Amino acid sequence: MSAQQPVLQLQNLTRVHGAGATEVHALRGIDLAVYPGELVAVMGPSGSGKSTLLTIAGGLDTPTSGRVIVEDTDITAASVKELAALRRRSIGYVFQDYNLIPALTAAENVALPRELDGTSARKARVEALKALEEMGLGHLADRFPDEMSGGQQQRVAIARALVGDRRLVLADEPTGALDSETGESVLALLRSRCDAGAAGVLVTHEPRFAAWADRVVFLRDGAIVDQTVRSEADSLLSGQVAEA
Amino acid sequence: MSIRHGLLALLERGPRYGSQLRTEFESRTGSTWPLNVGQVYTTLSRLERDGMVAQGGEDAAGHALYAITDSGRTELRTWFGKPVDRTSPARDELAIKLAMAVGAPSVDIRDVIQSQRRHTVKAMQDYTRLKAQALVAVESGGARERDDVAWLLVLEQLIFQTEAEARWLDHCESRLIRLSATAANSGSGADAPAPATAPRAEEAAPAEAPKAADRQGTDASPPVAGAR
Repeated sequence: MSAQQPVLQLQNLTRVHGAGATEVHALRGIDLAVYPGELVAVMGPSGSGKSTLLTIAGGLDTPTSGRVIVEDTDITAASVKELAALRRRSIGYVFQDYNLIPALTAAENVALPRELDGTSARKARVEALKALEEMGLGHLADRFPDEMSGGQQQRVAIARALVGDRRLVLADEPTGALDSETGESVLALLRSRCDAGAAGVLVTHEPRFAAWADRVVFLRDGAIVDQTVRSEADSLLSGQVAEA
Repeated sequence: MSIRHGLLALLERGPRYGSQLRTEFESRTGSTWPLNVGQVYTTLSRLERDGMVAQGGEDAAGHALYAITDSGRTELRTWFGKPVDRTSPARDELAIKLAMAVGAPSVDIRDVIQSQRRHTVKAMQDYTRLKAQALVAVESGGARERDDVAWLLVLEQLIFQTEAEARWLDHCESRLIRLSATAANSGSGADAPAPATAPRAEEAAPAEAPKAADRQGTDASPPVAGAR
């Protein structure tokens, strides 16, 4: 894994909100590299900087200092146009407040980022239907957001984030509004997406969902204080004897 | 752990010999609780002494076969019908460790909590990967389906237990932060049970361990992770 180029690199990232007496250090010197095929979960209490980290990684916010490199592009130095293209082509978002466009069907919502990137409407629809199908949502393709349950809407929003050939998936509490079984299936989908070669960053406070990741990073007061190291599958449970 | 009743349950499906019982026990529980053949034979001879199993002939390869008796069946029914006792919890090393760390000199309880949290979440990652494999096995059906389902249930129990522990650790940490902030605000910092390095207390997410919070004060027994 380490022989490969990371899909996402955060280098000495800091983010300060406000100034003077009201200054808040949301991030303090974050270093993180995420490789193809890797799902990294970021855990920490509210206010620890999890969401700030994710929005900066996705180019939705800019750091006070430090660099964000996606594939080969330093997005902190990219032009507005380059950044927009990168966000359309390389970065998939799964945010807690997914915003489906109410006037568009599920398939149209999912096709939208592809159309915006210049894909023909017809091809974009084919890709959208494929993404929905993969998530078991094919039957919802022609429904409007207000005709779907919250869980269904959220899954459509996830299909939209994963449509096309994104290599970086950023997910902020994607299971927040879902019951635990639906939440598991969302994580299984993210997992399979990473197993297929994408790099994923998942922000969550739910240990059960973080446990789907290869690596769990613990954030506290804007700094990484600890992380788990993955073990090889064949060593799992071997020689581990629970107390009788 | 009841090896005794586990063996009776396997024998109810027909006579078996010792190492066969061991193999079947482990495939049901995914070797989570490995048995050695010695334990199996010791348990069988106690069951025989108590009249719950009887030796009955050999199989073609000359293995001595054991069969369940009527009183063994009665014992098994009673076992399935009776809940496992949770009212006198086993000593929990982690609960004891945290209890001892409160106010202990030269111990940063948040470090104790974090080092346990890393370990516990890591264990959950491992169990979750095994669970993903078990789910695939169950969904593909096949001859071993019953064993795969049994293994999945055991894995999910391990995941629920570690999850409860991780939530309890979050809860402990945010409670300690709250308490130390309260102590600092009232100017009696000397009594603070947590180190004075506590960050913004209002952001310490009390909602992150609602289950643990609900348990507070409703149960006289000590908080034991995973005892649900």
